[in-house]
Order: sequence, then C-alpha cells, then structure tokens
Amino acid sequence: MGTVTAQGLCKSFGDVRALDGVSLHVPDGSFFVVLGPSGAGKTTTLRAIAGLEKLDAGSVYLDGRDATADHPAARDLAMVFQNYALYPRHTVYENIASPLRARRWSAGDIASAIKEVSGLLHIERLLQRRPAQLSGGEMQRVALARALVRRPRAFLMDEPLTNLDLKLRVEMRTELTRIHRGLGGTFVYVTNDQVEALSMADYVAVLKEGTVQQVGTPTEVYESPANQWVAGFVGSPRISLLACRAEGDRLVGSDGWTLPRPRWSTAEDGRRLLLGVRAEDLSVERRGDASLSGELYALEPLGDRTLVDVRVGAEIVKVKARPTVTGEPGERLRVTVDLDRAHLFDADTGLALPRTGR
Amino acid sequence: MAGIEVSALHKRYPDGTVAVEHVDLSIEDGELFVMLGPSGCGKTTTLRAIAGLERQTAGDIRIGDTLVNDLPPADRDIAMVFQFYALYPHLKTRDNLAFPLRAVGLPEPEVRKRVEEAAELMRLGPLMDRRPRRLSGGEQQRVALARALVRRPRAFLMDEPLTNLDAELRADMRTKIKHLQGQAGTTMVYVTHDQVEAMSLGHRIAILNKGRVEQIGTPLEVYDRPASMFCAEFIGSPPMNLIEVDVADGKLRGKGGLVLTPPSGLPRDRRLVAGVRPEALEVTEPGADGSVPARVVSAEGLGDEIIYVVDHGGERDVRVRMSPTARFAADASVGLRHIGGPPVVYDADTEELVA
Repeated sequence: MGTVTAQGLCKSFGDVRALDGVSLHVPDGSFFVVLGPSGAGKTTTLRAIAGLEKLDAGSVYLDGRDATADHPAARDLAMVFQNYALYPRHTVYENIASPLRARRWSAGDIASAIKEVSGLLHIERLLQRRPAQLSGGEMQRVALARALVRRPRAFLMDEPLTNLDLKLRVEMRTELTRIHRGLGGTFVYVTNDQVEALSMADYVAVLKEGTVQQVGTPTEVYESPANQWVAGFVGSPRISLLACRAEGDRLVGSDGWTLPRPRWSTAEDGRRLLLGVRAEDLSVERRGDASLSGELYALEPLGDRTLVDVRVGAEIVKVKARPTVTGEPGERLRVTVDLDRAHLFDADTGLALPRTGR
Repeated sequence: MAGIEVSALHKRYPDGTVAVEHVDLSIEDGELFVMLGPSGCGKTTTLRAIAGLERQTAGDIRIGDTLVNDLPPADRDIAMVFQFYALYPHLKTRDNLAFPLRAVGLPEPEVRKRVEEAAELMRLGPLMDRRPRRLSGGEQQRVALARALVRRPRAFLMDEPLTNLDAELRADMRTKIKHLQGQAGTTMVYVTHDQVEAMSLGHRIAILNKGRVEQIGTPLEVYDRPASMFCAEFIGSPPMNLIEVDVADGKLRGKGGLVLTPPSGLPRDRRLVAGVRPEALEVTEPGADGSVPARVVSAEGLGDEIIYVVDHGGERDVRVRMSPTARFAADASVGLRHIGGPPVVYDADTEELVA
C-alpha cells in the first residue's frame, strides 16, 4: 500500500506563507505530479510529506494513519535523486546494493531485488562496471536504480529532470512512466514543467502561492481548467485570453469585436468575462461563422506546425497553423474560433464559468 | 544597419583549447540570424569575436563594408545583450535605459521618447523607478534587453538573452523580439541552445557543433532536411527518429520490418540510416494496411497532441506524434506505419545526409 494524504498543510517562513492550506490525496500506485511555478510551495509540500519540514498546521496521513509526528526515517518514503553521487570505487552492483545492506537485507534478497531493478532500467550489462566507465545517461539510470531498489511506501521526486539536456529529458520522461508501471509504486513528483506534468501524470495538482488551484487528470486540467490562472499555466503555447462581456446572443470584446455567444455559456448579460481559446482551437486557414479580425504580428515556425501571432485589438492571440503557412507582418486576416472548445472565465474572480449541456 | 561576414574564423586559447575550429557565416543586412548548438559548440565565442570581446586566432570579420578585426568593441556600432547583463547598480531602470543615449549626446526629448517606447514594449512600467537591486533576474534581463533596443545600433548581438525568464515571459519576449526586429529591420545575431527559440525566431539558423557549422538554413529547411544526424537529433521535440535501414526490392526496410519509400539518388554499398519525424509515423490498429506489429511503450499526452513511444522490434523505440483524439493505452498491441513522402537518409558512418 502507498496512499499519501495531506490535509490543510500550512507553513510560513518568516512572513512568507509557503503553504496556505494544501490538501492532496495521492491514491495508491498513482503517478501524482505537483505542478507550479517557483514559489508555489511544491517543494515545501514534498518535504512536509517526507517529514523534513515542521508544519504550522495540518496533517500528513500515510496509508490512512496520521504520520504528522513521525520521524522521516519512520515514514518509509524514498526521496529519489536526492543523493545523486555514486561511490566511484564500487561497482554498479555494489552501488545499488548499498541502501539494502544498510537495512541489513540478506544477500539472496539483495540479489533478487537488483536483478529486478536492473532489468527494469536496462542496466544488466553494466552491473560489474565502475561509475567512471559509464556515460551520463547510464549514470542517471544507475542512480535511479539505487533509489528504486528499495520498496518504500512511496517515491518522492523533486524536479529530477531539470538539469538534463532536452534529448535526455525526453527519454527520461518515457523511462519514468515505464518504470512507474513496472514497479507499480506510488510516485509523488514535483515539477515546474507543465509538459512533464501532462505527459507523465495520472493526476496533477496545480499549485500557486501555497494553495491548490486544481487537482485532476492531465486531460481534465488541460481541457477544463478550473480558473484563468490554470488555463494560462498549463498548455504551450499559452492559451489566448480576450476581455469581453455577454450581451444577448453575442460576446462583445472590449476592443469592439463580436462573436456568437457559445450555447453552453451561463453568464448573465453585462458580466465582465475572459474568453480563453487554445492555439489549436483557433485557425487562420479554416473559415467559420465565428471569427475575429486581426493583423499578423509574427510567424513562429516550429517545424511540425507554425504559430501565427495575430494582434486582435490590444491582445495577441496565438494560432496553430500548418508549417508552410505564410504571411507578412501587418497583413489583415481573420481568425476562426471553435467556440465549442473555448472557455469563459469570470474576469473578477478568474473562475471558469460552469458549462451547461456538456 | 549592416550585414556581417565571418570568414574562416578560428579561435584557439593559449592553453590549446580550440573553441572555434572553422566558421564561415554570411549574415544579411536586416536578417535575424540564429546560432544554435549545445554548450561548448563555439556559438558564444563566435558572437564575442563579432562583438570584439574576443580576438580570433585567424579569420576575418566584416560589419557592413568595414573589416573590424582591429576595431575595439566600442567602435563597431553594435549592441550586445548577454545572458547575465550588468546594469548600473546606482541607476534606476529609467536612467539605465537612458544612459547609452545620453552618453552619445542625444537631445533629452528624444531620449525620453525612446525610453518610454522601450519601456512599453518590454512591459517595464512598474519597474521604471527601481534600482537593479530591487529587480528579479528576469526583470533585470528585460531592462538589459530594453537598454540595447533604445540604442538603435547597426546590429544587435544577443547571447541567450531569455535564459533567465520563466516560460510565459520567455514566449512573450520571443514573439516581441521577432516582431520588433522585423519592424526595425536591424540585423540581429542571436545565440541560443534552445531549438524552439531558434526555430521560432530565426530567418536562418546556423547549427554549430564542435566549433564547426553543421548546417545553415531556414527553420523549415533545417527541420525538413537536417544536414547530419547531429542536426536531426538536435532540432525537433521529440527529435527525429533515426532508423537503420537496408535497401531491398526498391524499398528501405528497417530491422523492425518498417518499410519506407526510398528517396532518389541513394548511394550503394553504404550502411544507411533513415531519419523520420514523429509526425511521419502513425500508430494504427494491429494489422492495418502497411503496418508492422508494434507495442506501445508509453503514451505521453501534451494537451494538443499525444507522443507515443513505440517498440516495433527495431534497434530502438520510435516516437510518433498523434492527435489527442487517438487513444492507445500503454502496453497495447498496435500497428506502426510510415506516412508521407520518402525520408531523409544518412550515411551511418559519416553521419551526413546522403539523400
């Protein structure tokens, strides 16, 4: 078993409130990502779960039992990547065995645990080498194997991929999800990278300034953001947000544009709103009834697609287009909006408006 | 405004380290030219040589019609923005921006006008009366960028100017730099290790590796036809799949049985590697036309797309870009097939493009 529950965590450092009532429930065996910008309280949350941070208020439950007062070592959790250095004079096998020997495992148990973890990480043929004979990627795997060889209640990971180059990062993302499935353990993983969160997580908790903004599957967080801030933080390119208000059957922009009011919208007339539309739900190539007039600001080719930046009034909206799309800055164009996939937020509270009939 | 010519640039340090082996660049007047490569590839040394901050061991640098080898940095009429840029600590943002303009004796109304313009562009409004000590790293970076912009030099040289910014500001600044450079038409040489930045900003990109230029081309040229296996793996996220292939019966065939249409002009008697972008592959139901049996290793959703990592019995797993409406689970048995035209092909030994 490996469920982790945080309830109402509060923690201040001086007059900075790092955690302001953080509650999370990490189901047994899930890959749970805590996502947020720096200063959101992600690392403090992880350290509180590990018992490395004394809380001002709140409780941590492990497998349903209150562990708030437990010593870190008694919690049976493993911080992965915390101790990255390998012993240079020991073989890979000995390096991986060391945390088990420290816990007085029998030689037979050690051998079978190493066999399993080295198979999972594809490092069987490296077991007799020394760290100096390994490539950077291999060393990463060995360090990971050493952390994973124990079977703790849950693995805690704090931005483990941050310092890797892009190629290795892409590979390690795949590795970690594969390893998670192979081990079947609970992962609590902290990152500021929304790509990592979307691509690896079973569940994502989005944090900002010490409070939980939303918890959901990656699809829920991406497709139904709870508020304007989550909509902006998750997804690349960033969602375009346009100030407007509802008037009868139209949405009227603060710059004078109008669009048909989405059938699903629940806003009363006159309320100040933000229309949020992702780049893939906007088009400069398709024609449709719902469209905005704008002027080309810049083209950003990305290879498999090109982002078309269009200035609509005072805002710049980002539109996904074919890689070969062309245009000159200043050129007038129309941007078609897929209103069924758009979002409306209350401009004052930032909260997503509930949808009807979807 | 001016173009920049770099010919046969070579830089060796007294300790014998060669930072730049051989670099030729011909940067056009008004161009936004990006030098892209991993750390240690020579891109920053090349930029510093253009700026005059580094004296090359051999080779010539021309800015406009002027051979500038012997000119000190101040006489080259260029503005440089570094990753870590020193602002004058005792001056408020407003005066930091105005400093280079006052230094050249620009009339005060013009100074104020340019400073206000740059402040608006870089969203510096609330920061104008603060001193650098009270600015975050990202804010200092924006001030540094604005200070370079107000000068309107013959060319801008930028060394990873967006590195310290968070993702949102970075994307926003990227768009603005591109727009502004287009408006002003000032030559810009921009150094980065970030391929997304390189692709989205550059009119042309030079990809550097180990002190040499591997490829120069427009973003779509370097994306569609990477000149070497190094370029193929450096551009694109996820990178291009590299698949060892044999030629048989007029087809290219990978070890996992994947069949690809061969491009014309394939050399004989060479070991070959096909380069296939993730969007040129497709995960299908098992047994679909033209597919080979495969297994999903992982499915990585990114919101607007899903990247499937697929094991099809080749030397390594391939990555496939699909729309988010595709739903294949991890460990599912599936088919894998190639869609679209012939792939690019590399010589497995020289790692260079051969067809």
